[in-house]
Amino acid sequence: MRVTSRVVALPQENIDTDQIIPARFLKTTDKVGIGEHLFEDRPEFKVEKGSEILVAGDNFGCGSSREHAVWALKDFGFKAVISTGFADIFRQNSLKNGFLPVVVDAKTHALLKPGVLVTIDLATQTLSIENGPTVTFPIDSFSKTCILEGLDEIGYILKHEAAISAYEQRKS
Amino acid sequence: MKTLYDKIWDSHLVVPESDAPAILYIDIHLIHEVTTPQAFSGLKKRGLKVRSTDKTFATMDHSIPTSSRSLSGFDETAAKQVQVLAANCAEFGIPLYDLNSTRQGIVHVIGPELGLTQPGRTLVCGDSHTSTHGAFGALAHGIGTSEVEMVLATQCLLQRKSKNFRVSFEGQLQHGVTAKDMILALIAKVGTGGGTGHVFEFTGSAIRSLDMDARMTICNMSIEAGARAGLIAPDDTTFEYVAGREFAPKGRAWDEALVRWRQLPSDIDAHYDNSVSIDASSLEPMITYGTNPGMAIPLSARVPAPATPADVAALKYMAIEPGQSLLGHPVDVVFLGSCTNSRLSDLRNAAGLLRGRKISSSVRMLVVPGSYEIKRQAEAEGLDRVFKEAGAEWREAGCSMCIAMNGDSVPAGKTSVSTSNRNFEGRQGKGARTLLASPLTAVASAIEGRVADPRQLGGIA
Repeated sequence: MRVTSRVVALPQENIDTDQIIPARFLKTTDKVGIGEHLFEDRPEFKVEKGSEILVAGDNFGCGSSREHAVWALKDFGFKAVISTGFADIFRQNSLKNGFLPVVVDAKTHALLKPGVLVTIDLATQTLSIENGPTVTFPIDSFSKTCILEGLDEIGYILKHEAAISAYEQRKS
Repeated sequence: MKTLYDKIWDSHLVVPESDAPAILYIDIHLIHEVTTPQAFSGLKKRGLKVRSTDKTFATMDHSIPTSSRSLSGFDETAAKQVQVLAANCAEFGIPLYDLNSTRQGIVHVIGPELGLTQPGRTLVCGDSHTSTHGAFGALAHGIGTSEVEMVLATQCLLQRKSKNFRVSFEGQLQHGVTAKDMILALIAKVGTGGGTGHVFEFTGSAIRSLDMDARMTICNMSIEAGARAGLIAPDDTTFEYVAGREFAPKGRAWDEALVRWRQLPSDIDAHYDNSVSIDASSLEPMITYGTNPGMAIPLSARVPAPATPADVAALKYMAIEPGQSLLGHPVDVVFLGSCTNSRLSDLRNAAGLLRGRKISSSVRMLVVPGSYEIKRQAEAEGLDRVFKEAGAEWREAGCSMCIAMNGDSVPAGKTSVSTSNRNFEGRQGKGARTLLASPLTAVASAIEGRVADPRQLGGIA
């Protein structure tokens, strides 16, 4: 997975999933079209279509566990989000949807002004800024394999069916 | 030497962590209408069944009406979502406590109430406030919809272990200061991301002396500090609460469970990666002034000067000035409810302060019990009459104005004092301004029509 795009940058820290997708849009029973309501109540963020990489402040995706936040970002056209830190549940939800949460240090983050051209390469775990540095970023090795090789996590657990049954036997 | 978290983690390992995350066994999976439709669609696409229908329990809480138990004339999209849950539960054989069930309620209220939440268990739900159940010494946390599908299919979760974070509250709370004030004080201290990557364990004499309802309030808001989960070691208070409940062990099984549960508390010299101490005796009632739960101050304090552009934006949204006191700030709506503060003792404390008084004519106050059973008990004690005679609305159980998905909302530009858990922009309705506080502070503010200190009113039990 390799993405090259000019970035859209959000100005704030602690942007919660209620801001990403307000609760009134959670009544849907599917995932289609949810991107239409991305940041709907935060027009001042000026997030417009055309970019594939979002830059956000620290602790992005805090609050509600709603996976709709990741579906909305993906459906809108984003493929990755860069921040100095992500909330735990949001990070998990992102990885499970092949949507990359990229953690960088504050120094690198400061270079990611709106419109800067960035390339993210998952295989090498590198982020390159045009006319700027290339840095590496951490990612869970299992999640990386899942995304790069299309490995299905539920399928992976089901291969351990014997171990699950043995656990249940032992506990009953 | 292990912590409570280490012990529960180790005892639920189906496959230990390696390059791959651990496969962790899940004892109880609670589900509701909002975060499950896409998970069931995924199961159907794969042709999979629900692995353990005896460990999966469903209810309806987030998007349902609280004005009545009927969906007739209700928001069609919400009604459809509720019907989809019912159809999925019927198809996959999952017990459902629907709108007509006497077991219905907010998912984090009914789990403990039914005795499903037990010490030492692992419990998950597609809702971030699943941390509530940690009050029983159960490892409980919120998951996304992909993980809901995973647990439905396998009864397991792929998980990396979090770090241990000890939060100690020593000393005795002052009169009029509650569990809600304790947890708001913690979040104000560590910030909304202060617990990220960690599991909190709440310890200390102030925690030990809390009843189970209050312990649930504390663990409920662990997620607001970013923690994966919040835990409190089980003790006699815990065991007394669980004993005799519908799904609690009975007879010899109860005796055996007690022996196991008494082994759960952290070993004396267990290692914590991080720790913080708060002097409970110095705490005051707390209130939020901004747009995340970490932006909280004691009632007697003044709103701090903004430190970041986000702080500036938050104060502007809230129409609150730096340096002002919140005492006397005009209030339009008061909400008493949510998985944080909708339990019987919350309603009793609130009614105790409200008895014989009226709420301000300029305030709309909504009282939403956490479950059918709490509503029934409150009515048996006459608490509903106290609320109604004071001028408040007495509703059916549900999430209601905490998330404002069901039409119970705060109008744009209006200010609410809410006993819920989130003051994010738009959380209680587009443009709504939320001040988070305890049930006592909420009631005092409803009476005065302005933010008020409950300690100034007589009648706190």
